[in-house]
Amino acid sequence: MPKDGGIGASSKRREDIRFLTGTGKYTDDINIRGQAYVHFLRSDVAHAKINGIDTSAAAAMPGVVQIFTGADFEAVGGIPCGWEITDRHGKAMQEPKHPVLAHGKVRHVGDPIAAVVAESLEQARDAAEAIELDLEELPAVVNMKAALVEGATKVHDDLDNNLCYDWGFVEENKGAVDAAIKGAAHVTTLELVNNRLVANPMEPRVAVGEYDRADGQHTLHTTSQNPHVIRLLMGAFVLGIPEHKLRVVAPDVGGGFGTKIFHYAEEAFCTFAAKAVNRPVKWTSSRSEAFMSDAHGRDHVTKIELALDKDNNFVAVRTETLANMGAYLSTFASSVPTWLHGTLMAGNYKTPNVYVNVKAVFTNTVPVDAYRGAGRPEATYQLERVIDMAARELGVDPIALRRQNYITEFPYATPVAVEYDTGDYNATMDKLEEIADIKGFAARRKESEARGMMRGLGINNYIEACGIAPSNLVGQLGARAGLYDAATVRVNATGSISVMVGAHSHGQGHETAFPQVVAEMLGIDESMIDIVHGDTSKIPFGMGTYGSRSLAVCGSAMVRATEKIINKAKKIAAHLMEASEADIELKDGNFSVAGTDKSVAWGDVTLAAYVPHNYPLEDIEPGLEETAFYDPANFTYPAGAYACEVEVDPDTGKVTIARFAAADDFGNVINPMIVSGQVHGGIAQGIGQALLESCVYDEDGQLLSASYMDYTMPRADDLPFYSVDHSCQTPCTHNPLGVKGCGEAGAIGSPPSVINAVIDALNSGGHDVKHIDMPATPAKVWAAMQS
Amino acid sequence: MYNFEFEKPGTLADAVAAMSADEAQALGGGQTLIPTLKQRLASPSVLVSLSGIGEMQGICMGDQGEMCIGGSSTHASVAAASGYRALSALAGQIGDPAVRARGTIGGSLANNDPSACYPAAALASGATIKTNAREIAADDYFEGMFATALDEGEIITEVRFPVPEIAHYEKFVQPASRFALVGVFVAKFKDGVRVAVTGASEEGVFRWSEAEAALSANFAAEALDGLTVDAEGMIGDLHGSKEYRAHLVNVITKRAVKAAA
Repeated sequence: MPKDGGIGASSKRREDIRFLTGTGKYTDDINIRGQAYVHFLRSDVAHAKINGIDTSAAAAMPGVVQIFTGADFEAVGGIPCGWEITDRHGKAMQEPKHPVLAHGKVRHVGDPIAAVVAESLEQARDAAEAIELDLEELPAVVNMKAALVEGATKVHDDLDNNLCYDWGFVEENKGAVDAAIKGAAHVTTLELVNNRLVANPMEPRVAVGEYDRADGQHTLHTTSQNPHVIRLLMGAFVLGIPEHKLRVVAPDVGGGFGTKIFHYAEEAFCTFAAKAVNRPVKWTSSRSEAFMSDAHGRDHVTKIELALDKDNNFVAVRTETLANMGAYLSTFASSVPTWLHGTLMAGNYKTPNVYVNVKAVFTNTVPVDAYRGAGRPEATYQLERVIDMAARELGVDPIALRRQNYITEFPYATPVAVEYDTGDYNATMDKLEEIADIKGFAARRKESEARGMMRGLGINNYIEACGIAPSNLVGQLGARAGLYDAATVRVNATGSISVMVGAHSHGQGHETAFPQVVAEMLGIDESMIDIVHGDTSKIPFGMGTYGSRSLAVCGSAMVRATEKIINKAKKIAAHLMEASEADIELKDGNFSVAGTDKSVAWGDVTLAAYVPHNYPLEDIEPGLEETAFYDPANFTYPAGAYACEVEVDPDTGKVTIARFAAADDFGNVINPMIVSGQVHGGIAQGIGQALLESCVYDEDGQLLSASYMDYTMPRADDLPFYSVDHSCQTPCTHNPLGVKGCGEAGAIGSPPSVINAVIDALNSGGHDVKHIDMPATPAKVWAAMQS
Repeated sequence: MYNFEFEKPGTLADAVAAMSADEAQALGGGQTLIPTLKQRLASPSVLVSLSGIGEMQGICMGDQGEMCIGGSSTHASVAAASGYRALSALAGQIGDPAVRARGTIGGSLANNDPSACYPAAALASGATIKTNAREIAADDYFEGMFATALDEGEIITEVRFPVPEIAHYEKFVQPASRFALVGVFVAKFKDGVRVAVTGASEEGVFRWSEAEAALSANFAAEALDGLTVDAEGMIGDLHGSKEYRAHLVNVITKRAVKAAA
């Protein structure tokens, strides 16, 4: 039976009322008396030496307050990278300077050269056009292979070359992996591209900087998934502002998908300039600017080899990947192709030998960083594609081949350094076969063929590591931050509750799901509980929302804080009822003494805490407010099985998704409706990557797909109705809620099933096509059919 | 955008006068022009809105059975009109509801985007483009990508479409913009078949004469078997090669014929 509240209930998303009625408050809704506007003059070439910037004519234009260039930021730090990678030779990664405004050189189309602060945005744009630039164009470094050739043009003159790092994982296993592949009965090799994407959240980025001369307080309002991370990075590494003088506010944020994790130059600029011009300074990104300044995602070129023995058991996986970093290292860029990718290369399989090599490369393109899934979609895609290819080469059923190689005993230590706590991959595959009606596929294919269409079925598994992350572990791996989270549960005198959380909600539904947990624990109504997030002056030091971590990490902190509340409330209740604390039971919002009919209500206890007339003041403090920090013991490992059916039009190459099914194991589920919504959205993005989206540069480093006229976002009519199921639940063993995280699964699990289905369809039509790189556009599919 | 003067004349005469100003630019529904202005890619001195001119509004059937559409008619109004079903269906597939509510037939034909839908209908139907100064046959009107026979300041006041016996417009969309990657309008008249192709050629909309001859002899998709257009001269870009577009011209023309028949 569906519950009407608490854990497991599909409570309707309370935040949607304000989003749907236009009463949400986004950063661009913030307008502060006296604010000025900044327009960034951005490079329209990919690579050039800056010989001169003449701002004199522009500075005299109407409305101009002040014009800034790179020289104004020489005294402050650069935009930092949050993760240091040590390469396979024990060497630290090459880490270039990343100035707030370009200095000496511009390194990608969109690189900000100057910033004009003016009374109005139009005046700022007018003045920016009057800035005279003397740029000496240099050859653009675009192709990663070419970037690594000896003597190639360098993106950063002060680095040795364009190689950020050459990472091997696990390096000690390389010899064993090479030997296993050499001795294998069959080796399937696949070269593929994981296409570069632009996140395109509905709300573009915005920053408003403020400075209060009275108390020296800086405030940055920004579109961020993690205000404390921004405060730490910008305060400590860029501008040198101590935390107590810096407040970062991320109000309603209209989607992030990873691209709003990172600390951006525009945030540092607005904070810096607000003090310099002594006025609030506002920047609102246009959609065109977003294409060339938001961090992009993916962009890996990979060769993967899968070795099998004569009985089709996987014996080894070996990969070589080139990962595009773009022109600078964005906040978590270095960790995505390494720790978030290499550690998942065992997938759901008991392959004993795995070796991953990743070369990260600087190019004259927009920086690349985490995008929904971040490294795990890249791992899943190559592994699940090569398994499908092996099944086709060997003439075996792709589901059976997977099942044969599943990990079935838990906990399981993979050869790539992580330990899966729980899972049941056969159960999710069973569920998938049921909801996808795999048995009925043959009949559906016949029906399609009768209409002249080719029909294909693609399936795949996925596993991801969420709930990032145990701080001591990631510290050893090079992270420059801890990855715990925090919550404060503030019970008010009359019993209502404000929960201040470090996680940020920008589409995830925390404001609904988090109260469900506290309501369940206390036995009170959800409506008595509100979540407060997104303001460093209101919330405890939490690390924010990404990597499907909010419930697993911040939710766990909230549980711990609520447990402290219950412990204290029981002490108060015991005092009120003159009973022993050990005998107090909490049920349905009432405290009772075991074995008696004595009870006090939740509200009686909370009132006593704040009006302590009859209160054990000698034993406990008044008030009822508790904070907990939670540092996870391990990652969580959501996993699942996905199926996609496509129809391919043999005349045009157009691929239509006919059916899509997802069976996920997220452990325990707090709000099934929200979880389904997250999976739906993730699949939409995965189908977008597989069929539609592609960020393309030409050889001169010009961004060809720089608007929605050329960058294909998924639309409703590109997508089918999905069958999603998350009834297979193996609860996480190491967090108090037994939850695993669901935000990224759809985007991780769906691309391989789509491409597997396209390849299946083409082969069914007699086309011997082994692989098509994403996105499988009509033109590309048609071209594959001609070859 | 840059600053400009704005005029909204109530009569065609006033509009023609306003268009005589230096760097004047006519504004139809603004579905191409406004984004261009916002990106600062154009800087007209004066925008002359054509949406307040009564004589450029309205859709009716003419004496010779042709559909007469005022130059300022929106795509939505053409989509809702009765009398030329294939044309209304085409209009109903342009852009999205917001675009159709603002964009106009005169604006589209004056802009002559090589991937726009209306040029295919005008050319295949043998339409007449009526301006403040003259009448231009569609065959003489389209002069290549974004190029037309219109003179500086000349305004499309009405478009007259002869109504074929049967007709159909088939569009295969460019996935991102959903303009036509290849769009084909097939119109069968008593005295022959006309086929116009948009989206495909570097020269903009064109008549596919080989297909016209074949279909005039036998109005069936099979009549197009083996007919090809030369890939040279087709558009090749992110969304499809020249060869792909050339291939699609045949495929989409066949589909248009099947749907029309």
